[in-house]
Amino acid sequence: MSATLKPEEKKLKVVGTRPIRPDGVPKVTGLARYGADYSLPGMLWGKILRSPHPHARIRSIDTSKAQALPGVKAVMTSADLPEHKFEYVGPERVAVNFWHMTRNIMAREKVLYEGHAVAAVAAISRSIADEALRLIEVDYEVLPHVIDVEEAMRPDAPLLFEDMITRGIEPAPDKPSNVSKRIEFKIGDPEAAFAAADEIVETSFKTAPVHQGYLEPQACLARFDPDGQAEVWASSQGHFVIRALTARLLGMDIGNLRVYPAEIGGGFGGKNVPYVEPVALALSRKSGHPVKIVMTREEVFKACGPAPGSSMTVKIGVRKDGKIVVAEGVFKFQAGAVPGSPVMNACMCAFAPYDIPNVRSVGYDVVCNRPKTAAYRAPGTPVSAYAVESVVDMAAARIGMDPLQFRLKNIARPGTPTVWGPKHTHEGFTETIQALMKHPGYSAPLRKNQGRGVASGYWFNNGGESSAAVHVNEDGTVLVATGSADLSGTRASLAMMAAETLGIDYDKVRPIVADTASIGYGHLAAGSRTTFATGIAVVEACKKVIGNLRARAAMIWEVNAEDVIWEDGCARPAGGNKGRFEPLSLKAIAAKRSVTGGPIVAEVSVNAGGVAPGFATEFCDVEVDPETGQVKVLRFVAAQDVGRAIHPSYVEGQIQGGAAQGIGWALNEEYIYDTAGRLTNAGFLDYRVPVASDLPRIETVLVEVPNPNHPFGVKGVGEANIVPSLAAVSNAVSNAIGRRMTELPMSPPKVLHAIDSGRAG
Amino acid sequence: MSEMRYEAPRTLAAAIALLSGANGQASALAGGTDLLIRMRAGSVEPALLVDIKGIPEMTSIVAENGGYRFGAAVPCMELVEHEAFSTAWPGVIDGVKLIGSIQVKGRATVGGNLCNASPAADSVPPLIAAGAVVGIVGPNGRRESPVENVVTGPGKTSLAKGEIVTSFLLPRRPPHSGDAYFRFTPRTEMDIAVVGAGVNLTLDDGGVCRQARVCLGAVAERALLVPEAAAALIGTRVDAAALKRLAAAASAACRPIDDKRGTKEFRIKVAGVMARRAAEMALTRARRKN
Repeated sequence: MSATLKPEEKKLKVVGTRPIRPDGVPKVTGLARYGADYSLPGMLWGKILRSPHPHARIRSIDTSKAQALPGVKAVMTSADLPEHKFEYVGPERVAVNFWHMTRNIMAREKVLYEGHAVAAVAAISRSIADEALRLIEVDYEVLPHVIDVEEAMRPDAPLLFEDMITRGIEPAPDKPSNVSKRIEFKIGDPEAAFAAADEIVETSFKTAPVHQGYLEPQACLARFDPDGQAEVWASSQGHFVIRALTARLLGMDIGNLRVYPAEIGGGFGGKNVPYVEPVALALSRKSGHPVKIVMTREEVFKACGPAPGSSMTVKIGVRKDGKIVVAEGVFKFQAGAVPGSPVMNACMCAFAPYDIPNVRSVGYDVVCNRPKTAAYRAPGTPVSAYAVESVVDMAAARIGMDPLQFRLKNIARPGTPTVWGPKHTHEGFTETIQALMKHPGYSAPLRKNQGRGVASGYWFNNGGESSAAVHVNEDGTVLVATGSADLSGTRASLAMMAAETLGIDYDKVRPIVADTASIGYGHLAAGSRTTFATGIAVVEACKKVIGNLRARAAMIWEVNAEDVIWEDGCARPAGGNKGRFEPLSLKAIAAKRSVTGGPIVAEVSVNAGGVAPGFATEFCDVEVDPETGQVKVLRFVAAQDVGRAIHPSYVEGQIQGGAAQGIGWALNEEYIYDTAGRLTNAGFLDYRVPVASDLPRIETVLVEVPNPNHPFGVKGVGEANIVPSLAAVSNAVSNAIGRRMTELPMSPPKVLHAIDSGRAG
Repeated sequence: MSEMRYEAPRTLAAAIALLSGANGQASALAGGTDLLIRMRAGSVEPALLVDIKGIPEMTSIVAENGGYRFGAAVPCMELVEHEAFSTAWPGVIDGVKLIGSIQVKGRATVGGNLCNASPAADSVPPLIAAGAVVGIVGPNGRRESPVENVVTGPGKTSLAKGEIVTSFLLPRRPPHSGDAYFRFTPRTEMDIAVVGAGVNLTLDDGGVCRQARVCLGAVAERALLVPEAAAALIGTRVDAAALKRLAAAASAACRPIDDKRGTKEFRIKVAGVMARRAAEMALTRARRKN
């Protein structure tokens, strides 16, 4: 299929409107079925035993007493999963190592964080399963642990992997360390450019790990039949990926595993990978019964990847006229117990918004005794953007320029090189900045204890593999099936694009998410790719259907198919036959299905290229209580280039969601460990995501600079919005209190301490 | 597997007989908003649950000698929605309103909030500041106790085996009285107090403070009645200087810990701020015509 589709010229009837989403009523009436809502006859409950220690060698596991408990049908450990070769496979940015992955699903030699799975049971009730877990005896040799990234990098730090040699350093170090990998990107000559810069600003920053905070805990139901056929019902961001990884982890053929997509109660990247599915399926294989596992919230916090914490230093050099001439960033990321933090994204996107001729980005992927990090909304990028946009803010102040003007002066445009090689090719960055400059709130006066902060952010977005099938039913209704999990209203946006393309009403289109045996491969609903890539598949499938419908009309009229056009949902005679016949609607042709050739179906699979990146600029007003350090966000305005908003309400929702998560990340969210390396706030009471009353109305500005590579101009919209949010809030707080904040979260004790230090100074 | 027994007696006598006669751990169940969570987390496994919500004297709000007596199992929302009580004791209601969400308050009770014995309980400092007295019934009969004598430390009370708190008595208020409770939380709601301060004061006709009680929450092992802080107000017009002395006395009385909710340094400092803000609100309320 072509990667360069021309945008439709004609006026759109459905795209850009705001119809009700097809999954809305079941969700608000409680009828939607999420991961925990599936059951089968004879089903058992699976429960997972987790390590109480952040770091320990497993000397032995004795499961005999648990096995003997009446009602227990299976007990499993890592011995029930096959070993894997130690190798990193796949593209570097998202490389996977199954040796590590199977150990993260179920610990082998060592436990590497509190909450690390050690064994699991399947029993006829949840309480028996709980009782059985207490009967499993694990003999641990407790080892020293390390939580903080800087401490983990010290030469004398406890090692998670005694033979881990840092990748990406030539020559390779001769001693093992917790640094899994070093990466570096460079353009130009940073040293020379710093020497020539008029002003240099350099500051170090720290951020805490944060959880995605999805409402639905991981949950699944699995059955493994005696003939080797297996089925899994799971809530995930990609049931095809869950299928592939689960099959691999169990040592079975992909063809023997069918995965059904449950409704998903939030993912934000955290549900790109399996946690409970391989365990439930292994227990089912062992017990011969279907097995259901539903995580508790505590398990979600302790065992399912947060976004990484970091320690960073950013330095930029500017000319007096406001031109950024050089930038350098060192980004040290906590990978958690398994290598693979998104530090590479952080390095790549950090300076991507700007046209800077000399740049160096250095990243370190560092293991420590915390749960393995997982993707979270533009993985890695909000963290590096926080440091970069803070320093950009300081540089603007240093040379006395308005922070938006300063960004505009330095903004990347088509032709600007990126630090990783290719040049930028899309417009849309400039427009988000200009949108905020024109916003009346940007020049509104501030009162005492109030501050305003701005920030910009870049995110790649993604395309890739998607499949869609379009079925025309005999009454003229249309089914649109895709393999893309719906996290955010994508069934609505895909149905809208189908309705627009076919020329029929939105409510005649029923979109579904099909299981892995019912549609071609669809990659994760991640990377802001679904409306873009799956949208292309849907539109292409609709075009195939239109070709089919035109051929049938030609057959009915006994004319050539080329003399039939498709317009406003009808086949019309054209060319020499123009006006000779009454138009035939989709419904009319569908009614003649069986006499014009049988079922009307098209399925299209794509590997969509032509991705346009996401770009957002935001400003935020805050008020700080000078006596308590509490920050109230008064106003938040987010401008994002969305290409074209298919369903503007859901695009606005994405932007508001990204900003809300960014505000939480900036102000209060953090993993708090005690000195024994145990997480003390594994619940929503003390892991403080903002509640509704903590947030202002988040105003959105949809900047629409269409992507020429998508039939309707779509650019992914799910992630770019969170990239600037942390820095926008931090810049606002720093502005309000007159002191630069350099650590997230900016919880009240930290802000109060900063204010008091200022008073003392 | 341990079996759990559930009983819902209709009289206090039956409840006391069950609780005092139990083998193993017995728990009184009111709203269950703390107990059920602790049971689910596996931190308590009671052998007997005695549901006290079916006992009339524990679920009523009545006027008594110009004051109010409300049952320990009255849901918080019933208190919040009781207009006369809310008007008489707005500071107590400040605290009650902060116990969880509206849905949680539909179940949660002030008796449970007290007997759960968390140092951060939001209804406790304003009740202590109000001079409230609890009625206690046990195998040896009835007794009364000031609220401040019930909790002895985190999760610990002075109640004997088989004893339960049945009611709260709030005395008749002199004219020109006002009370208030302020707490600090990082979030605007759905949070646990990092510091709480309840202030109750009475002015004379000339606007001079004649009585005051100040109680701090979440800054020690239990809610602290701070007479030194009250003394800073008594005999003054609750002016800026008096408020400053109040804040200093409140901060000086704190003996907090560092934990996931706040640091010692922060709690000590903010205790003074909350006490001052609560006193200012109590003063405003006392000056209202009533």
